[in-house]
Amino acid sequence: MIFMAASPPCTPTPSLLRMSRISRAFGAQQVLREVDLELAAGEVHVLAGENGAGKSTLMRILGGALAADEGTIAIEGRPVRFRRPRDARQHGIAIIHQELSLVGPMSVADNLLLGHEPSRAGWIDRRAALGRARGALERVGLRLDPRRPVGSLPISSQQLVEIAKALSLGARIIVMDEPTSALSEPEVRRLFARIADLKSQGCGVIYITHRLEEIYALADRISVLRDGGLVATRAAHELPAGELVRLMVGRSIGEQAPRRPSSEGEVLLCVRRCRVRAGAAGRRPVVEDAPLEVRRGEILGLTGLEGAGVSEVLWALFGALGRRAEVEMEIDGRPARPTSPRAAIEMGIALVTNDRRRSGLVLSMDVVENATLAALPRLNPLGWLRRREEVAQTARIAGQLRLRCASLRQCVSTLSGGNQQKIVLAKWMATDPRILLLDEPTRGVDVGAKHEIYLLMNEWSARGCSIILSSSEWPELLQVSDRIMVMHRGRVAALFRGGQATAADLLRAAMGHAADE
Amino acid sequence: MSEGRTEESEAFAAAPRSTTAPLRALLASPTATALLALCFVLALGFLFSGDGAFHKWTTHRDALRQASVYGILACGMTFVIITAGIDLSVGSVLGLVAVTFSTLSIHEAWPPWLAVPACLALGGACGAASGLVVAKWRIQPFIVTLAMMVFARGLAKTLSGGMKVSTAVQQADGSWTAAPVPGIFRLIDSRLLGDNVSVVSLIFLSCIVLSWIILSRLRWGRYLYAIGGNEEAARLSGVPVAAMKVMAYALAGVFAAVAGLCQAAQEQQGDPEAGLGYELTAIAIVVIGGTSLMGGRGGIGLTLLGTLTIGYLDKILSVNAVPEASRLMLTAVIIIAAVLLQRRNH
Repeated sequence: MIFMAASPPCTPTPSLLRMSRISRAFGAQQVLREVDLELAAGEVHVLAGENGAGKSTLMRILGGALAADEGTIAIEGRPVRFRRPRDARQHGIAIIHQELSLVGPMSVADNLLLGHEPSRAGWIDRRAALGRARGALERVGLRLDPRRPVGSLPISSQQLVEIAKALSLGARIIVMDEPTSALSEPEVRRLFARIADLKSQGCGVIYITHRLEEIYALADRISVLRDGGLVATRAAHELPAGELVRLMVGRSIGEQAPRRPSSEGEVLLCVRRCRVRAGAAGRRPVVEDAPLEVRRGEILGLTGLEGAGVSEVLWALFGALGRRAEVEMEIDGRPARPTSPRAAIEMGIALVTNDRRRSGLVLSMDVVENATLAALPRLNPLGWLRRREEVAQTARIAGQLRLRCASLRQCVSTLSGGNQQKIVLAKWMATDPRILLLDEPTRGVDVGAKHEIYLLMNEWSARGCSIILSSSEWPELLQVSDRIMVMHRGRVAALFRGGQATAADLLRAAMGHAADE
Repeated sequence: MSEGRTEESEAFAAAPRSTTAPLRALLASPTATALLALCFVLALGFLFSGDGAFHKWTTHRDALRQASVYGILACGMTFVIITAGIDLSVGSVLGLVAVTFSTLSIHEAWPPWLAVPACLALGGACGAASGLVVAKWRIQPFIVTLAMMVFARGLAKTLSGGMKVSTAVQQADGSWTAAPVPGIFRLIDSRLLGDNVSVVSLIFLSCIVLSWIILSRLRWGRYLYAIGGNEEAARLSGVPVAAMKVMAYALAGVFAAVAGLCQAAQEQQGDPEAGLGYELTAIAIVVIGGTSLMGGRGGIGLTLLGTLTIGYLDKILSVNAVPEASRLMLTAVIIIAAVLLQRRNH
């Protein structure tokens, strides 16, 4: 009996990877709470969860890009510790992102062998390199000339090159994060066939997707994350779709968003057609079509999972996508063409983007300069800055928003997330807009600021503004919106009345399930 | 501070403040470090005064005069750098304008009220062309203005036939006569207030004031800072990004033209090689002042301090008869030291 303790633990299927009790916090926000994840050789393990459930954070920890606060990772039973992405790669972990990490102008062979070129006395052995590249490509079923530049290949082939690269570096644990978001149906099928090959070669695959049909086409097991915690890990055939959706959304509703009477004004904004081409050639359009109507004083919720095209619709209506977007719309019954953000602002449209540090604030400027940036022409019609008026107006708006800052001349980079978001809102309050496009306005702000932002939205709608609110926080979206439009793969998938839908309804529609069953 | 509704005045007083914070903030400000660099150079002057030459007023007058052409270029450069761009063409535009101004004033006998605006327009057009390419086709400013640098130099040599445009005029019979130096040349090269202040220095200071008005008092200036700080946020706030960039480069061109006028007047000729390498000095001045090459931070006051620092450094080295070669190497060291000093702020 004593000898039993010393012998290696015996499991029915060999465990390739075991992540145990992984926790991670960003500041005060706990994004992962004691998550366990296990991957067997030859298994496809689907990681499911809503936006912000913690999937990406968990995979960044696995990839060595982020350190866990607590928890351990073991590969084939041996504990490992990753300090940087290279450590994870050396242990056979490869992460295939939506944005590929290939060098476009370089040839397929050079990309495959980057950093591991076969060489003789410092000279690259071209023939050996090509031979090795061909071998690596064969493993993923790609037949093409390895001397072609990677950038000239379709995106699906580039993805396979990336997988071939991972395999040639000895990867046995392959993480795919939404790999099909830019692929057409035949390409998706080709990728799935390759995933089946990987399984038969003894690799383990962790697959992240938002599409139900993909989950059930691929998964051996499914783990569901919700609000940073692991809710369940089950074999795919033991977890029907309805149950999966229930597990994904079944969370407690935190801060109650304030309710207000819904209004029945006339239509202020009517979008007849909205199409957005993809940034790169050859990909499917990001938004196929998203016709919508918003009434005066109405809050229209707009949501979808990542890649559904929600943000792009808002940007297109604001004229911020230039020629990529084709929009036909009417404001107050008159045709309007927002060709640039400037034109949109003059029409009374405002856009709060979902990333205030990247596209909302000028971090090198102070509170007043940021809060007046969009309203400068109206504040200073002659082009001469009226600094006293600027300060007075900012102080007035800051008071309404209950902005906390030491001085209005403080650099905005020193403020907290909630206060930064209030400055973005202040910037648009100064332009006195009629139509507000809010893209995740409560992302990354504390509960108090969140509540204030919802109060502010109610105030705006009471004044007759139309609001389109995009949010992935569905309980709040359900509370605040009069109607909710759900998008899936660039199209409108469903439209719900605010009081009548549940988070499960939204999720089902967003994942491409028929609305009524 | 309670969580309830607060009055406006209270709302801003929420964060704790310490009494030493403003002092520390002042010391850490770019202005303070730029001043520190200038004081360091001036201290060098007192230490190595070149047998008392540094204590004479005329030395300071000449230091300012000699730095003025660079300073004028640096004013224009400041606009461009604040938008996170760069303009390598200002030295060549200076040469082009010097040639054009000399040709128009000496050989074509244009009156100054025609020749000066024409030259400013020429410089502005060169800058605007660069700006258009940068803004519309999104080519890196470094490349675009490098091309403009080569083009403007070539145009200067074409217009002048590769020769200096001087007051020597060839007559029909082949003999050379000296044309009179145009009045505008003599005016720009003169000194006012009992010989105490050079006109060129006054032009430089006017450029500083004009730049300050644009950057700190006009909407345009605010837009330039916003573009340099976060171009995407600026665009989404309705800032006409393309137009503002064109304006910044056009201003750099106009200021380069002003510098070209001064250069021509001081040399009493239009040298197609004039201004060679001046763009690098102008960039050094702006950076030593503390305007960030990343854009969005800095100002014209810093450029003034940078001009004085470089100008005095050069003067001090020359009154001490430091040879040209050592001067260049010392200047390089000072540039790196000044920038290291500034880096703490970013």
